[in-house]
Amino acid sequence: MRSMLSTAAALAIAATGVTAGSHSSLEGTLRIISDMSNPAPRAVMEGLAAEFDEMHPNLTVELDIVDREAWKTQIRNALSANPPDVVNWYAANRMLPYVEAGLFADVSDLWAEEEMAALASTKGAMTIDGKQWGVPYTYYQWGVYYRKDIYDQLGLSEPTTWEEEKANCQAILDSGVKCYTIGTKFLWTAGGWFDYINSRTNGYDFHIALARGEIEWTDDRVRQTFANWRELIDMGAFVDDHQSYSWQEAQQFMIDGEAAAYLMGNFSVASFRDGGLDDTKLDFYQFPVINPDVDYAEDAPTDTFHMASGAQNPEAAKEFMRFVTSAEVQTKINAGDALGQLPVNANASIDDDKFLKEGFEMLSSNAGGGIMQFFDRDFPAEMASVGMEGLQEFMVFPDNLDDILERLEDTRQRVYQ
Amino acid sequence: MAELSATGSSAQTQRSWYKRNEIAVTPWLFLLPGMIFFAVYVIIPIFQSVWISFHEWDGLGEKTWVGTANYERLLFDDRKFVTSFWNNVKWLFLFLLAIPMGLMISLFLNQTVRGIRFYKAMFFFPFVISQVVVGLVFSWFYLPREGLLNAILGFFGFGSVNILGDPDLATYGIIAAGLWPQTAYCMILYLTGLNAVDPEQIEAARLDGAKGHRMLWHVVLPQLKPATFIAFVVTIIGALRSFDFIAVMTNGGPFGTTRVLSFYMFEESLSEFGFRMGYGAAIAVVLFFIMLFFIAYFLLSMYQDEREARR
Amino acid sequence: MFPTPIEKTSRSWQLTYQSLLPVALIVWLLPLIAVATFSIKPETDFAQGNYWGLPSSFELFTNYGKVFFESDMKRYMLNSVLITVPTVIGAVALSCMTGFALGIYRFRGNLAIFFLFIAGNFVPFQILMVPVRDLTVSMGLYDTKIGLILFHVAFQTGFCTLFMRNFIRALPYELIEAARVEGIAEWRIFWFVVVPLMKPAIAALSVLIFTFIWNDYFWAVVLTQGPDAQPVTAGITSFNSQFRAAYHLMSAGSIVAALPPVIMFFIMQRHFIAGLTLGAVK
Repeated sequence: MRSMLSTAAALAIAATGVTAGSHSSLEGTLRIISDMSNPAPRAVMEGLAAEFDEMHPNLTVELDIVDREAWKTQIRNALSANPPDVVNWYAANRMLPYVEAGLFADVSDLWAEEEMAALASTKGAMTIDGKQWGVPYTYYQWGVYYRKDIYDQLGLSEPTTWEEEKANCQAILDSGVKCYTIGTKFLWTAGGWFDYINSRTNGYDFHIALARGEIEWTDDRVRQTFANWRELIDMGAFVDDHQSYSWQEAQQFMIDGEAAAYLMGNFSVASFRDGGLDDTKLDFYQFPVINPDVDYAEDAPTDTFHMASGAQNPEAAKEFMRFVTSAEVQTKINAGDALGQLPVNANASIDDDKFLKEGFEMLSSNAGGGIMQFFDRDFPAEMASVGMEGLQEFMVFPDNLDDILERLEDTRQRVYQ
Repeated sequence: MAELSATGSSAQTQRSWYKRNEIAVTPWLFLLPGMIFFAVYVIIPIFQSVWISFHEWDGLGEKTWVGTANYERLLFDDRKFVTSFWNNVKWLFLFLLAIPMGLMISLFLNQTVRGIRFYKAMFFFPFVISQVVVGLVFSWFYLPREGLLNAILGFFGFGSVNILGDPDLATYGIIAAGLWPQTAYCMILYLTGLNAVDPEQIEAARLDGAKGHRMLWHVVLPQLKPATFIAFVVTIIGALRSFDFIAVMTNGGPFGTTRVLSFYMFEESLSEFGFRMGYGAAIAVVLFFIMLFFIAYFLLSMYQDEREARR
Repeated sequence: MFPTPIEKTSRSWQLTYQSLLPVALIVWLLPLIAVATFSIKPETDFAQGNYWGLPSSFELFTNYGKVFFESDMKRYMLNSVLITVPTVIGAVALSCMTGFALGIYRFRGNLAIFFLFIAGNFVPFQILMVPVRDLTVSMGLYDTKIGLILFHVAFQTGFCTLFMRNFIRALPYELIEAARVEGIAEWRIFWFVVVPLMKPAIAALSVLIFTFIWNDYFWAVVLTQGPDAQPVTAGITSFNSQFRAAYHLMSAGSIVAALPPVIMFFIMQRHFIAGLTLGAVK
């Protein structure tokens, strides 16, 4: 493991020219548990750990990479028993349970440092009770990734309204291809669809109010969201058996040309490209307008590093957090050939990549409604878990809607007290 | 008996206390390490779990006494529990199919042709594969498009099925996966049992004109009773320990339709959004009481055996 | 013998039976054969939808090489060994002693203790989960192999005691009496008289426990996480997420994870079956 790390480190240093030994006062061991388990992020994380290890000769960096889906059920266990120093997690409401349980350490002092001003855009998402509980390393836009070649072949253009969207979809279906691929085995992908349809139907403020538990799930406006969604489901727009696939497995349908589009985060681009879709075949558009009276709201989740409150080496943990938030590192790890995502640090540069530029452009100039963190981060964790199970069920059995909404409403009444 | 003979044999010399009480003390010394381990990790935790189930507890801070609130919610106001419970019932009944299936295969294989040992071993060895791997293997076998099952169905002109994605079929699909190694286990029990069937009784029955299933039912099966009993015990336990398959194959999905109590308990206790140790413990206690019913039955049967053995 | 021996039946049935055997075996092992085929296929086969055709090239070494050298699989396998072997030794040692105590001596509470061991062995894991996890955490053994080993030893002692005690019961009691007449100390009787006679039981129990512990998943996920301490059953899910949708690698990984108990079984077949079927015959 060590030897592998150091070779990776040598490469990383050669590539970026980070000077070693600038903070060599750190000692001991820095234990990191990361959930960056997909191939591309995994390489990034291993590179980061190796580079940091190399920079601090007296410090040993121990990195464990765990399955991203499994981590969601393991994190609490990891933090409460034998906690590591640094862990991966998500911003906003998703970190609330760990802050409340006292498992994440307060890192407000870090945020008070001058360099952190460049991260101001996400300070809100990292703040609970006036304190900051972690640092962001990346964020990414969501949107519809589609097969440009299929659209061209059918003479379709990027839709901007719901009517166009449906018309396009009908044309695609008529040609024997599914409009959308999706894999809902791990549930969250369905949350993306709900975020978009709900915020496009009822607006950002309504969506966030729902997330805060201020609106009943049985409300007619929520039903309207599901009614809109159902139009696509009834058309047969989604691939069959999506409840059996992970998002990665579902990608294959689009790569094979059996489905024309995918509502996804930009992290998917790396594996689309691996699958052979170059920029002539793969393109991106913003989720279309449904209700012209509401402004665009976009999902742009922030992924984060946190220090455990039980960290054994808080000095090194904080230094690592400074390291991953620096403009230089954020530029590098978010590049199109690494994570393929957007740096949070305002001084970092966005890679010259079609999708990153388009995404950044969209988020800065065309998301007037607001930025959502994603269903499972805006809604309290338990609501999100029951909610996403309901969304998955709805996508397979839309007729069960009444029962699903009733269940969600029951949960809402119990969760927000 | 043992004590009598032992005291008789040991000399009446006044030696150390240990020497004088050797026969009485030795068994306790030998039992001590095992009993301490077993008490600390098995016996005491059962009572602790019952105690915890009357509390609300996040596994870290103080426990809050809530009386029977956990049970009230569980039994009267929790749909997940109802689903899990009925799935457990399905598991219990369908898993028992492993016994007749194991018997059938053992009858098929109970021959002395060349290479039969190899066949027996190959039929048995799925049992030694970990449930995690069996679960994975079957989940690939069931894949809606790529899976072998659908390839076969397609070959015979049937439409495809998505077993693990269909809430009405998923539990049965998992049980079928579980039956595979369990049937192998029952088969080996019966093969051993068949080996010991008294050939004279068989010949006598043959002379009386008994054949086929009548012979099986009236002559062979009664002699296989010990094997059947063990097969029953291990199958019931297996059915109630179905955690691995569910965790690996569906993770409780689709939409929570494949949960069983053991899985639901794990989910609640170590969930992402908070450790509900109290609620989880309450689920475990319910599961424990279901099991206790069977344990009592097993112990009673074994106790009768012991008494017979003594006579 | 039942059913009627094949030699005594008609020629045509004999032939049918002989040809039925391999067919039945293939059907029986079909899911496994499928996975084995997956594991030697090249990646391109899956991309081209060639799931069930013949492999377009033979990639056994590439795929299994990747499993071993490009993932944490080695570490997980090593963890499994380091957890399983001490557990086998510990549980067998403890149960030789408890089995000896319960099988040889008559004292008040003998049967009660014996039944307690049996009953504990049947208990659902979930009722132990919360307190055992808590205990392990408070001893500072969470996410260590030792924490898992201690629990496994304790829990397996139940089953092993049942096994050993019944085995010892079946030994000729006269041997012990004879030894006592000679004035041999009790612990020496255990060590020099009983243990040598228990060799077959020890062998049988060892292979059984090896298999049980190697295949444990529940306690692995409750008491450990990450490649530092997790055994391969738990590690395989992490491995699969690294290679999600890469069926050739996931299949190869699963086969590797399942292999040690299978090898153990084929080497120690007789002991294994003797152990499993103890009590199936009177």
